[in-house]
Amino acid sequence: MKHLLAIEGLSREQVERILDRTESFAEVGRRDIKKVPTLRGRTIVNLFYEASTRTSSSFELAAKRLSADLISIKSAGSAVDKGESLKDTIATLSAYDPAAIVIRSPQAGAAGLVAGWTDASVINAGDGMHEHPSQALLDVFTLRRRLGSLEGIKIWIVGDVTHSRVARSCLLAFGLMGAEVTLCGPPTLIPRGIAEATGVTVAYDFDGLGEADVVYALRMQNERMSESFVPSLREYAACYQIDSRRLGPRQLLMHPGPVNRGVELAPEVIDSPQSLITAQVESGLVVRMAILYELLTGTDRAKPERGPAPAEPPRIGQPA
Amino acid sequence: MAKQTTQLIQRDGEPADLVIGGARLLDPRTGIDEVRDLVVRDGAIAELAGPGAAPAVEGAEIVDGEGLLVLPAFVDPHVHFRVPGQEHKEDLETGTRAAAAGGYCAVIAMANTEPPIDSAAVLGSVRERAEREASVPLGFIANVTQGMAGSELTEMAEMRESGAIGFSDDGLPIRSARVLRRALQYQRLAGGVIALHAEDPELSGAGVMHEGEVSAVLGLEGIPAVSESTMIARDCSLAQYEQATVHVQHLSARASVEEIAGAKAAGVQVTCEASPHHLTLTDEAVRSLDSRFKMNPPLRSEDDRQALIEGLRDGTIDCVATDHAPHAPEDKEVPFAQAAMGVTGLETAFAALHTELVGPGVLPLETLVERMTAGGEPFGIPAPRIEVGAPANLVLIDPALEWVVGEGGYESRAHNSCFDGRTLTGRVLMTVAGGQVAFRQRSFAIGAAA
Repeated sequence: MKHLLAIEGLSREQVERILDRTESFAEVGRRDIKKVPTLRGRTIVNLFYEASTRTSSSFELAAKRLSADLISIKSAGSAVDKGESLKDTIATLSAYDPAAIVIRSPQAGAAGLVAGWTDASVINAGDGMHEHPSQALLDVFTLRRRLGSLEGIKIWIVGDVTHSRVARSCLLAFGLMGAEVTLCGPPTLIPRGIAEATGVTVAYDFDGLGEADVVYALRMQNERMSESFVPSLREYAACYQIDSRRLGPRQLLMHPGPVNRGVELAPEVIDSPQSLITAQVESGLVVRMAILYELLTGTDRAKPERGPAPAEPPRIGQPA
Repeated sequence: MAKQTTQLIQRDGEPADLVIGGARLLDPRTGIDEVRDLVVRDGAIAELAGPGAAPAVEGAEIVDGEGLLVLPAFVDPHVHFRVPGQEHKEDLETGTRAAAAGGYCAVIAMANTEPPIDSAAVLGSVRERAEREASVPLGFIANVTQGMAGSELTEMAEMRESGAIGFSDDGLPIRSARVLRRALQYQRLAGGVIALHAEDPELSGAGVMHEGEVSAVLGLEGIPAVSESTMIARDCSLAQYEQATVHVQHLSARASVEEIAGAKAAGVQVTCEASPHHLTLTDEAVRSLDSRFKMNPPLRSEDDRQALIEGLRDGTIDCVATDHAPHAPEDKEVPFAQAAMGVTGLETAFAALHTELVGPGVLPLETLVERMTAGGEPFGIPAPRIEVGAPANLVLIDPALEWVVGEGGYESRAHNSCFDGRTLTGRVLMTVAGGQVAFRQRSFAIGAAA
């Protein structure tokens, strides 16, 4: 694998390989000294055209834990602000010969374009409403740790699917791993054709919610009200909020964050034992370490002796 | 002095003297479909002689047409030549050269330029440039509303007298039904068919591709098919009420074909067009997020495409129009949603349709020829004919020749072809437009000389 641009097009084997690698990095995370020299001397560019807390910080920390040199660029205050085109920005950054470019953009397809303009590995950290593959991988990892396998698991993704790249990547990744996915939300916020295109089930109310093993709530953005997708947050919450009444005791709860407390989730379920929200954040770091490792030292890019065997974590202090 | 055929303008040039020997001549309008020698003398068709029986014409170029096809040349009612204001994308010289390379003998340029062609002064200036630069007869559409703002009518009567071939705000719909109604009423004075870009901006929103299964997965905002068909329904109702004549541009959806069929059956004076890209591609091509597949209206579903083909076959769709929309590389080398709408089309229209529709037996060659030559008829420009005495508007084609689009570059200044890199079957070797040899394929010219 050279790039991670989307879940679409990945095989189950490729996903499992990254998850297995993640397990080994999770072990590193439990040590006192969490840094390994695997990517020493290599440069990683974090290029964020959109606000982000957890994705940008976890990629940053993942790069640092792998001993890479890191450049972080946010659109505000950069040449992008002065109207530089994406193509020109990539040409400039490529002059530093980075091993990887991690890009978040409000534009669908931006990461794919960048992959055609640079020799670096490109990681899509979210492109418009299209995909957010590292999020889906960390969610699959979180669920696999908790449940052992996603095979036959029923997962309901609830909320504003139309505007959600997380939903698009997750429904593909969950499906790939054998789960049965249902999308549920206001009819105005479920994209036309999604069921036919992906084989998921679509529901507009919670009548069947009881069958779900996992409820994955999406963030509901305020601006959707003014575009008449939903009449009010109040009505949205009345119809689609996950609260302790609707979430059964054996059902797991997930959310990609940041949470609108009291809108898509009632406060009491966020901190309930069924909530995997904190586990998701923890997984975010190790999954992103595994992604960087897989792309930058993977067998098709480097000689085997340069890196440790796939399932075996690199030892501290060992030369890379 | 430049020659002026109705409202079409072409620069001065040598009238052609040609003998094309032994080619298959095909013109569904005159009914000819046989191997003959075709003699062009002084820019007009002088003789259709039996094979090998053509008399020697002094000074005439002799072309060996064996295995080749001669058709009446094509007419495109919808191109964007970007003059004035965006000559870095295309100009009249490069645009008409692209038209000639595609086998066209007449093209009609849209008025969404910078500034738009909304006054007799701007119209006069582009017509003057055409007299110097147009290698293929070229006509100009003028705007319906001032500045294409959709609120006040242009001086349509004056512009009609100054050579406007018709009127359109193409690029934008006429949002206000009231303004369109006034324009249709005013047609009784000014004349000139009104060509309509049918789209409801409220339904299109910020959409960038067809709303369907592909947009659902890509997370791109969709343009629903009803955005087009509901506007066609509105426009046809108004045309019927005002007894006006309209031409609906670039149909893309099944529902649109059905609206037009219904309107025609009800006696509305309406014609319409469809483009080679809508007839050969679907929104599946957009999965790549390649901006070469971004245009308005968007590529739609396979079902829509089938309806367009059926409409072209049964005549609901009157003609093929390329909507040739050249763009600079920087307009397209950006993420899909930010990329400019539009694709070039003149150089690939026949080959694409021949390869995708005629080759597999979906559409008879005769029907394709009829639809590709009929583009002027909605605007009162008769279709070219292969008959003795007619001005020479001819295209010589090798129907079996395979070529890779873009391999030898483009005649157009722009490279944003949605067929770039594809192998197509059937290539234009020579075009005679307005009695002049407007194009000769380089490889073919060398062969002819030897």
